[in-house]
Order: sequence, then C-alpha cells, then structure tokens
Amino acid sequence: MSNIEKITISLRGIKKLYKVGDQEVAALNGIDLDIKEGEFAALMGPSGSGKSTLMNILGCLDRPSIGSYKLDGQEVAHLSDDMLARTRNQKIGFVFQNFNLLSRISALENVALPLVYAGVDSDEREERAMYFLEQVGLADRADHQPNELSGGQRQRVAIARALVNDPQIIMADEPTGNLDTKSTKEIMEIFQSMHEKGRTIILVTHEPDIAVCASRQLLVRDGVITRDEGKGVVLDVV
Amino acid sequence: MAFTALLANKMRSLLTMLGIIIGVGAVIAMVSVGMGVKSDVVNSISSLGSNMLIVSPGSTNRGGVRGAAGSRTNLKYDDAKAIKEKIKNIDFVSPSVSRSYQIVYGNQNWNSSVMGVTPEYMSIRSLEVSTGSFVTESDNNKRNRVAVIGSTVATNLFGTTNPVGQNIRVNNQPFKVIGVLESKGQSSMGQDQDDVVIVPLTTAMERLMAMDYVSSVNIQVSDANKMDQVQEDIEVLLRQRHKIIGGKEDDFNVRNMTSLMETMSQTTTMLTILLGSIAGISLVVGGIGIMNIMMVSVTERTREIGIRKALGATFQNIMMQFLIESVVIGVIGGIIGIGLGCGLSMLVGKFGNFTTVITPLPVFVSFSFSVGIGLFFGIYPARKAAKLDPIEALRYE
Ligand SMILES: Nc1ncnc2c1ncn2[C@@H]1O[C@H](COP(=O)(O)OP(=O)(O)OP(=O)(O)O)[C@@H](O)[C@H]1O
Ligand SMILES: [Mg+2]
Repeated sequence: MSNIEKITISLRGIKKLYKVGDQEVAALNGIDLDIKEGEFAALMGPSGSGKSTLMNILGCLDRPSIGSYKLDGQEVAHLSDDMLARTRNQKIGFVFQNFNLLSRISALENVALPLVYAGVDSDEREERAMYFLEQVGLADRADHQPNELSGGQRQRVAIARALVNDPQIIMADEPTGNLDTKSTKEIMEIFQSMHEKGRTIILVTHEPDIAVCASRQLLVRDGVITRDEGKGVVLDVV
Repeated sequence: MAFTALLANKMRSLLTMLGIIIGVGAVIAMVSVGMGVKSDVVNSISSLGSNMLIVSPGSTNRGGVRGAAGSRTNLKYDDAKAIKEKIKNIDFVSPSVSRSYQIVYGNQNWNSSVMGVTPEYMSIRSLEVSTGSFVTESDNNKRNRVAVIGSTVATNLFGTTNPVGQNIRVNNQPFKVIGVLESKGQSSMGQDQDDVVIVPLTTAMERLMAMDYVSSVNIQVSDANKMDQVQEDIEVLLRQRHKIIGGKEDDFNVRNMTSLMETMSQTTTMLTILLGSIAGISLVVGGIGIMNIMMVSVTERTREIGIRKALGATFQNIMMQFLIESVVIGVIGGIIGIGLGCGLSMLVGKFGNFTTVITPLPVFVSFSFSVGIGLFFGIYPARKAAKLDPIEALRYE
C-alpha cells in the first residue's frame, strides 16, 4: 500500500463472457491485476486461456462484461467509443502477431497513420515517422509497401508505428509468433531498449526464453491469473 | 487517401462512375435538345415581328364538316384596308397571298414561292433591299408586273449578273426585277428565307393567281398593352363587314402571336422538364450503383477499418473516409458526364438537324445532383463502416 510507484493499469474482478449457442463461455473469469508504470510484463499461458481477450481489454479495443478497469485512474467503462479511440491513439501502441499493416500504402505512411488521427500536420507526421523508422533500422525502406518487406521488417515497421505517437504503454500480442529466431532476437532487443527507456510493456508470448526478458511474468489459465512471478523464474506453461 | 483507394480499383471505380457519367450526360443532352426546340419555336414566332396579330380566313363549316383552316375565300383585300382605316393603335397592316411558281430567266429556271404583298410588308418583316427598290404603293395601285427577288433566287437565276432591270417570267408572264432583298439566311425552322419572289399584291391576285381574296393579314399593333383591345376591335369590325349576326360563328380567325408564343414556350418547357427527368432517373440508378460498390468496398476493407480504429480512428474519421470516396466518384463522374453531355448535344446539333441549346442551369443542376447522389448513397455504407466493432473488424478474414 505504501507503494510510491505510479500504478498505470488496475483491474478488479474482470470477466469477459461470450454466448456460444445457449452456453456462456467465460474467456476471462475474475482477473485482479495492477501494472505499474515502466513495468515489462509477459503474459503466458496455454492456448485458449484468455491472453488475447485480456490484451484487447487492456488495450481498450474491447470492454469487459463485468469488473472495473482503471487506466491512469480513469474508469474505462465510463468512456464513449470515440473516447476509447482517442485513448488508444494517445496512450497505447499496438503490435500484432500478424503485423496488421495497411497493404496499399508505404512503410512510412503506415508508421505515420496514428499521427493522422492525432491531428498532426503532414510535415511533422513525415518527420516523426521517419525518425521512428530509423530507430527500428528501416530508414532505407520508407517507400516500400508492406508486401515488399520481410516478416521481420514488417514487424519492425509495426513497432515504429506503435511508438510514433509516444504512447505510455506498448501492447504486443505474440509479436514474434510469425518470425524466425534471428528476427525474434532483433525484435526482442527493440522491446528491451524500450523498456530501458521507461515504457510500460505488456507482451503475450508462448516462449519461456522470451518471457525471461520481462521484469514480471504472469501465467493465465482458464481465464484467471494463476501465477505472478518476478524476473528470472522460468514458468512452465504446460 | 480517397484517390489511393479509387486508383487501387481503377476499373471498378470507372464502371461505378459510368452510371453517373451516363446520367449527367443524358440530362444535359436531353435538356439541350428540349431547349433547342423551345428556342426554335420562340424564334420562328418572334421573327414575324413583335406585337403581331394575324387574321386568317376561318375554316369552312358546312353540314358539320370542318375543312382545313384558311380554305375559305372570304377574307378580302378591302377588309385589310378597312382595318387600317378604322382601327386605332395599328402601325402596319400587311395582307398577303402566296403560291409556288416556276420562275424563268433566259434558259435558267427555278421553283420558288411567289408572294403578293403591299409595301408595308417590308416594314412589318424588317426587310432590306440590297440593290434596287421595293414594291411601291403605285406599283400596287397599277398592278405593275414588277418583282423583288430573294438572294437565293438571284444567284440561281442570274449568277453574277445584276438582276435589277432584267425580265423574268413567272407563270409565263413577264416581270421586271426592280430589287434584290438583303439575305436573311435560314429561318429557325430551317427554311430558306431568301428563296422568295415578291410582287405587288394586286398584281398577284388579279394577274397571276386570279383570286379575289387574301390568304392572311398581318397586323402590327403599336403598343403591347393594346393587343387585346385591337384584337377585339378587329373581330367586331370583321363580323360587321361579313354580316355575321347574333351567335353565329366567325368566318375568320384573329391570332395573337404573343400569347401563342407564351403557350408554345410553356409547352416546350414542360417537354424539356419531362426529357430531363427521364434522363434524371438514370442518375438515380447510377447512385444505387455507387452504393452497391461502396458496400462491397466496406466489406472488403473490414480489416483495414479495424486497423484504423485500433490506431485511434473515430466514428467520424471512418465515416468521412468513405463519404469522401463516394463523393469523389460523384464529382469525377459528374465532370466527365458534363463533357459527354455537351459533346453529345453539339454532335446532335451539328449532324442531327436539331437545334440544341446548352445553358448553365442544367449543367449546374445535374452536376450538383451527381455530387448529392454520391453523398446520399455513400452515407449508408460509410455509417456501416464507421460502426464496425474494432475487435470484430480486426478478426475478419
Ligand atoms: N468472439 C468470441 N466468441 C466466443 N468465444 C470467444 C470469442 N473470442 C474468444 N473466445 C473464447 O475465449 C477463450 C479465450 O480466447 P483467447 O483468444 O483470449 O485465447 P488466447 O489465450 O489468446 O489463445 P492463443 O494463445 O491461442 O492465442 C477461448 O476459449 C475462445 O474460444
Ligand atoms: Mg491469442
């Protein structure tokens, strides 16, 4: 209770219920979780345990069925859809397993997209997008379309896009799930350096050797958090 | 952004636009034809001169069988003289007869319409004589065999020779050419107004056509406000002169050309509106085409919409993105349609033997209509896109 570090994320009794036919499935079944500013949290757990569902709620893409979610002390349930959109734009950067880049526009334009919705003018958009492309080592690929890039390069473009509006929190759902070992290593180095710069990172992964990079490891099973460990412990997922 | 999306599907965008292009083009072409008909009618009536009343013999009506108008023989030259003498507020009275004859000069011959008129005909039709002189009062009194010919007749019979002073034969009678008319060109109905031979009225009636009646009397009233009064005076006078009493029908007709023109121009305006609206239906069909394609486009780009929403696009952002796209289709389609419509109506005007008139109004109206259609039919698909749930959109395969 005497914790002076700022708590960014606070979940209490979060449930997510889906109706399938006439059965109710609880994808999340009572989650209590606090994540402090600057933490690097890895979410682990078997397939279907509810990791992605939890991430979507944390990322304000989805709303919980029951429970309270406070982001920076603000109760998310009270926000309208457009305010959620603003929150995603300002505070959260997403990295998806399948990259989710727009295929018809260049890498640079993809990176600049969040700034379009933040209302930044086009000169500054280009400048900032270019800066972050340089940060992920892809300055020379700025004009390429996503289908002209390798998987690892695409994910780096996506990371640049997640960083471009300087969000507090980066959420990554299996960002290396589609990548080879070499690309995985590069991507994890970027996450490490973001962590060192003080960003809050929440990352879903299946691989224990990725999870050990994190400052905190959470194990999700059947929609509840069953273990919560510090750095260094190797969790047995299965 | 809208252009990127449209360019990505060039063929599809073009086909979608085609509906609008054809719609706008059809509206402009149709309306220009309608307006052309109207201007023809108005021109041909107003070329008779302003404030005109035309008296013609009434139709015969014997035993209930009504003959063609003008088939009666009871409108006399003296009636015209009496109108001129007894009725106030009249500038000119011009009785006339006309018939077609073969005109011969030397070994040349030409078929033309021969008109018998009084000197006032020149003023009432604002004719000019390019060489020589017009028929005079004394020619008319003396039944002189003189003729004033139109420029078409002059070139066909005389070529480069000066016709004035030469003798021509009309119906085998010798006439002396005393003047050539200034060219008036084609009438708005496509008739050659220079293909005419003018002779004194009395000469025509008594020496050429052997008739004691005239085919019509044109009257120019001095003041537009007096038209109705003068018309009534003429009717009273002619009934008196023709001894028509009580409820018996007139044996003549007095037509007010100004009111005729108003009626005709109203009718042709209605025709134009009708043509325009029929063409407008294809614009609406084009709009439905836009809606259809936009619906497909929204479905196809569900994932894109999900990504944009995840990155912070609001309802309004997505709504605008798709609306702009459909409006752009409307605008580009509208512009091309204007080009097509104007081109089409010029072609019709050139080769179709129609007058076509392009005015800014239908161009403006059909253009704004096409933009409006892009907007209207874009709203539903754009709303559908903007309302998508981000999670479901991202999951869409
Ligand atoms: N839209 C939905 N409708 C019904 N059930 C759903 C829906 N989304 C998720 N679920 C269910 O919720 C549970 C959790 O799914 P979730 O995607 O969060 O799993 P996960 O932990 O991310 O799995 P994985 O590691 O395979 O990605 C699953 O049992 C799934 O079937
Ligand atoms: Mg998942």
